[in-house]
Order: sequence, then C-alpha cells, then structure tokens
Amino acid sequence: MSLADAPRISGWRSATIVEAAPLTPRVKRVVLGLDPPLRFRAGQHVDLRLTAPDGYQARRSYSIASGPETPDRLELAIEKLDDGEVSPFFHEVAEVGDAIDLRGPIGGHFVWSVEDGGPLLLIGAGSGVAPLMSMVRHRAARGDRTPAALLLGARTAAEAPYREELLALAAADPSLGILFLLSRESAHGPFDRAGRVDAASVRAATAGWPGPARHVFVCGSNAFVNAAAEAALSGGAPPGSVRTERYGG
Amino acid sequence: MATRGFTGRRTPDDHAARTPPGQALTTDFPVLSAGPTPKIALADWSFTLKVGPRPVAKWSWEEFSALPRTSYVRDIHCVTTWSKLDTAWEGVLIDDVLAAVGLAPPTGFTLAHGFDGYTTNVPTADLVGGKAMIATAYDGAPLTPDHGGPARLLVPHLYFWKSAKWVSGLQFTERDEAGFWELRGYHMYGDPWREQRYDDDA
Repeated sequence: MSLADAPRISGWRSATIVEAAPLTPRVKRVVLGLDPPLRFRAGQHVDLRLTAPDGYQARRSYSIASGPETPDRLELAIEKLDDGEVSPFFHEVAEVGDAIDLRGPIGGHFVWSVEDGGPLLLIGAGSGVAPLMSMVRHRAARGDRTPAALLLGARTAAEAPYREELLALAAADPSLGILFLLSRESAHGPFDRAGRVDAASVRAATAGWPGPARHVFVCGSNAFVNAAAEAALSGGAPPGSVRTERYGG
Repeated sequence: MATRGFTGRRTPDDHAARTPPGQALTTDFPVLSAGPTPKIALADWSFTLKVGPRPVAKWSWEEFSALPRTSYVRDIHCVTTWSKLDTAWEGVLIDDVLAAVGLAPPTGFTLAHGFDGYTTNVPTADLVGGKAMIATAYDGAPLTPDHGGPARLLVPHLYFWKSAKWVSGLQFTERDEAGFWELRGYHMYGDPWREQRYDDDA
C-alpha cells in the first residue's frame, strides 16, 4: 500500500467500551466498539479524548493491538502510569458501556502489512507490545507464513501481556518465533530466556531465517527502545531496517 | 459531551495561558523519533545550505561553531500532547546562518534534512526574524543524541516534529514540499495554538 492509499484520519467520533479486563497487573485491555468500523493498518494508533463536566479535555495516543481484520472492535492495551491523568481513568473508572471520543487511525511509518513481506522482527516491552500484537494478529488472520520473530521484554512471565495467545499462535505456526526475555525471573520453558533483549537473544530468535530481517519494529519506553534497537542492529538487522515507536512522550 | 466519571487534572492557572489547547505540561523531556538514535561523530558532522538542488554553503563542526551564538528560553509543544515550559537553548539563529553567506531568504519554503533521512517542511518566514535556530546545547550542556545532538533545528512556536533532530542541512524550496510526517497525515504547518495536528485540521 502506498502512502496515498493509507486510510484517512477521521474527525472526532464516539466509540463504546465493549470489553475491559486486566491483561497483567499494570496493563488493561480495553475494547472499543465502532459503528461504522475504522479502517486502519497494523501498527497505527488512535487518539482518545476525555471531557470533564466543565469542558476540560485531555487526549492521549494509544496503539491498536487488534488486527485490521476486525475494524469494528479496536483493542487497546493501556498501561497504568501512577502519575498519569488518562491511564488511571481507564484503570479505575471506565466501564463497559461508557462512550469515549476517538480519532484515527494515525501514523503511517510504524506499520506493516503481509504485502510488505519479511523476515519480520518485532521487539517490545510493556504496553509497547500493542502495535506488534496487531501485526502478529494480522499475519495470522491472513494465514501468512512470512518468517517472523517477536521478542518481548518483561520482568516476569505474569507481567508479559498476551503471553498465552502468543504461545498458542507460535505452537500453530512454526514460521513464528516467540521469545520472552524475563529480567526478574528464570525461564519457564523454551519460549523464555532470562535477561534482557540483547544481540544474542536477537540472533537466537532469528537463527533459522533465510536472510537478515527486512523489517524491524521496536516499541516501548525510550530507554528500552534505545537498547533494543541497538541489540537488533548488532544482532544482524541491516541499518535502515529499524523503525521505532517510543512511549512516555 | 462529558465522559462519565472524568474530572481531569488542570494546568495550574498561572501556566494555563502558556499551554495550547489539548496539551498537558510535563517537567520531563520525553523522546520521540522514528528510528534508532544515530551516533554522529563531530568529525563527520556537517551542515549544508541548499537552494533547490544546488548546495550554496557547507560548514564543518569547527566552522559552524565559529558562527555567532544565541541563547533563548522558549516553551515547546509536542503533537503527542506534552508541553514543556521555559526550555533553555543555545545555538546559531537561522538569521546568522544566512548572514554568514550573505544570503537573503531565497524562497518561501524550507525543507530541513536530518542525518537519519528525516525531513520536515517549514515556511522560511517561520525560521527567520529570531524565531528559529540550529541548536547545539540544551539547558547549558551539549545536546545529547537522544534529543537530536550534535545539532537539531529548533522552531519552538510550531509542534516539535518540525524541530528536526540530527539536522544535516536546510534546503530552500519554491513550493511547500511535505516532509516525513507531513507525507504521513500530519499537518503542513503545525501551529499548536490552532491545534494543527493532522492534515485535515484547519
């Protein structure tokens, strides 16, 4: 898809929370129902806007975690920031049935479609897994077998969002490699490795590939992204292949 | 319509007049960029002025460091909704870059280029008259790579994606040519006070 074909950014429109449940102790899954649907590409984000009774508004960007194949149900993975203004609202106040203003899809850089090919290297931590999850789900929904690897940094297995779904996807698809990097826990099984994302774990996750990564997407906090992008490059990803999305901004 | 149960955290009154609509103040300095942080050695650094495709001047780091330097304090506004007040910068005003080669602003538009391949467009009038600089220091210290060092364009009155990190040169163009984010749905001008975030914002 060329830039000119990318879906246009909508004006503000209303969405309804249709599901809300914890993914991990700090990350909540929020599914927004949309009628009409919102066409988007895997990796894009939406802006959400909250309005106080006196008209005061706050808006924040959240990556879409669901695949483009379900454009009437946008799933977000919202990490709670203790000193935040919007994320605590979603963790402590928002309920199924609430209306939320939304605008999008936004971002035409951190995007991947099966037509873009691979090998595809995805590296994330925390709620930074959201846009990567959209890409993995898109690939699975299309039955695509592009060589792909997802490296997820987490303190413990219980703090890794989407762990069960990812393990199930990898079990059904030998061309998808999943590696959890656990910084405060030892490995539970072959899909885990103790430690952080580094060049060695990148090489381990991409060992069976026919060639180097063609597209690399790294998403998480700035400190994580700096370290992980460096790991991808020293682990064999060609310069120019790495796209980043940094949270906390 | 109000969002059920949302009260929000207001910007303190004494700062509200300096905070554009839809922005929240931060005391951090968040980092946003589209790729890995490039490492640019000062020996490899250069800054090029072009008029259309034609280079008209080029500086090494040493030569650029000899240009007149200016400090100013400005508020900055990122399209991801953070604003930061009273940020202190030092560098070379675009006015002084042009004066060094005896050049009047040659065209109405400018495309800034970065070492990472990033581009962004700014009307030339928004770069001159003391408004914009090539910044090499922030808060009294050399600009770190995360924030665009060794040097970044600084156009503080526009959304911060216009302030290209790792700047390698300015190219004066006849037409307003869209840069990296502008090709991807972001606004051609980007005035935070008019909330010009995306291309269909007025």
